[in-house]
Amino acid sequence: MREILELLEEDGRMRPEEIAVRLGRDVDWVISTLRQLEEEKVILGYKALVNWDRIGGNGVTAIIDVKVTPEREVGFDKVAERIYRFPQVRSVYLMSGTYDLSVVIEGKTMKEVAFFVAEKLATLEFVQGTTTHFVLKKYKQDGVVFEESEKDFRLVVTP
Amino acid sequence: MTVLSSNLKLENRNSGDSVRSIPADTPGKWDPANCVAQVVRDIPPSGIRKFFDLVSQTKGVISLGVGEPDFVTPWHVREASVYYLEKGHTSYTSNWGMLELREEIVRYLYRRFGLNYQPNNQILVTVGVSEAVDLALRTVLCHGDEVLIPEPCFVSYRPCVKLAGGIPVGVPTKAEDEFRLTAEALQAALTPRSKVLILAFPSNPTGAVMRREHLEAIAEVVRKHNLLVISDEIYAELTYEGKHVSIASLEGMADRVIVMNGFSKAFAMTGWRLGYAAGPAPIIEAMCKIHQYTIMCAPTQAQRAGIEALRNGEPEMQRMIRSYDHRRRMMYRGLQNLGLECFEPQGAFYVFPSIKKTGLSSEEFSERLLMEEKVAVVPGNAFGQCGEGYIRCCYAASARDIEQALQRIDRFINRL
Repeated sequence: MREILELLEEDGRMRPEEIAVRLGRDVDWVISTLRQLEEEKVILGYKALVNWDRIGGNGVTAIIDVKVTPEREVGFDKVAERIYRFPQVRSVYLMSGTYDLSVVIEGKTMKEVAFFVAEKLATLEFVQGTTTHFVLKKYKQDGVVFEESEKDFRLVVTP
Repeated sequence: MTVLSSNLKLENRNSGDSVRSIPADTPGKWDPANCVAQVVRDIPPSGIRKFFDLVSQTKGVISLGVGEPDFVTPWHVREASVYYLEKGHTSYTSNWGMLELREEIVRYLYRRFGLNYQPNNQILVTVGVSEAVDLALRTVLCHGDEVLIPEPCFVSYRPCVKLAGGIPVGVPTKAEDEFRLTAEALQAALTPRSKVLILAFPSNPTGAVMRREHLEAIAEVVRKHNLLVISDEIYAELTYEGKHVSIASLEGMADRVIVMNGFSKAFAMTGWRLGYAAGPAPIIEAMCKIHQYTIMCAPTQAQRAGIEALRNGEPEMQRMIRSYDHRRRMMYRGLQNLGLECFEPQGAFYVFPSIKKTGLSSEEFSERLLMEEKVAVVPGNAFGQCGEGYIRCCYAASARDIEQALQRIDRFINRL
């Protein structure tokens, strides 16, 4: 099961037949395991990893450090929910350290993101403060290096 | 002219000779080729070399002909080496290799294979296993001693034996035995001059492995006839569906075996040229004698990288091995689907299918496959005569390349 996940994490489009050959299992087992993993929300989706910069970009990304006052009884979870419900918010992580939530926001322009932070995020009653960092360049995401991959320097035939 | 003659005089004075005699007759025409010793002339050029030239001239080739990992050395290992380079660790090390590295090797051999060695006189760090094999043969062979070499095998054993004054004796292994060495075949090749057995499993080129029970049978013959075993275990970690067993770990064998291993395959470090020999102190000490006069020590940077690899490299190594295992199944299944007969290899990263049913020789098959479909494989006879009728396909290639190559081979076979 873990091995299926590792293979799919590397190539989300790998067909069950291919997975079966690689793991030395039969296809039916792979298909039923996949179904189970999807039902149990272990696998949440299959998506393309896009380098938008190659076609002129797709807006801006910002990482916002958010300091909050946790709500009584529900702690950070309820607060996080209030934040992640905005569609502009791509990811939310609870962090250790000097701030509490790390929020990744995507917008068309810096201005749009800045306004979102000022009007929607910073005004929430439990938010004490925010610090916005705009992403200038992506080098590597989800284990994939964006610009160049390592070349194969091997000789074509060796003993 | 005057300068030359005064030099000559000086030389004469220094050497204590009275007068240097100059031969009256000039010798025959100078030909540097005549300088090459007969033993070297007699060594045939590597069959792989010829094929390499051919492949290099062809464009758009998918190569299943390589003999090394398709991974780059893990970054933490490269980084460690760079760190020490920056700090100026650029001097020689002990002839034996850095003690720190030898201690790591000892721990590693115990941890992975249950072997017990002393770091001070039982481990010699070498320039790849290649050097270790050469050293061991030169250390133990006397003129005319016979060395038993199970074939098909890695290309360098025969030449190294000859260069060391020994006589290579091929012991054919067969597809029906899954290319394992059997006690019967070994027994049949023995003569009173047999001194050394080179055991190289998991095998390049066949992918064969020797499990414990197979090794027990060989060990019995070895003990009975007092053979020394050179066990080239460079592919040890690349053993699938089970764990590698070293013949040195069997009862009463430690003193009869020189274990050779290194970093090239398991840690994806071929270009670093780092290996080692582990064995009985008197032999390793003698090997070190040759090593110290010919090599001095393995490259310092590589040794630094080796320490890092052994200390922190195992998770990454396991990841790479899992990936080979996946592609092993792909390649094996793929070749089977093409109707090529082959056994399921359980070691290294090679599959060794038979191409006998095509009616072509190994070389014809490989050359035509290259020319017509641009897929490079290595003809089996490059690894010994009994490799004729087979080809070596390396699956340390991307999954996409393997799929493509299989399609092309399919097209090729169907056209024959």
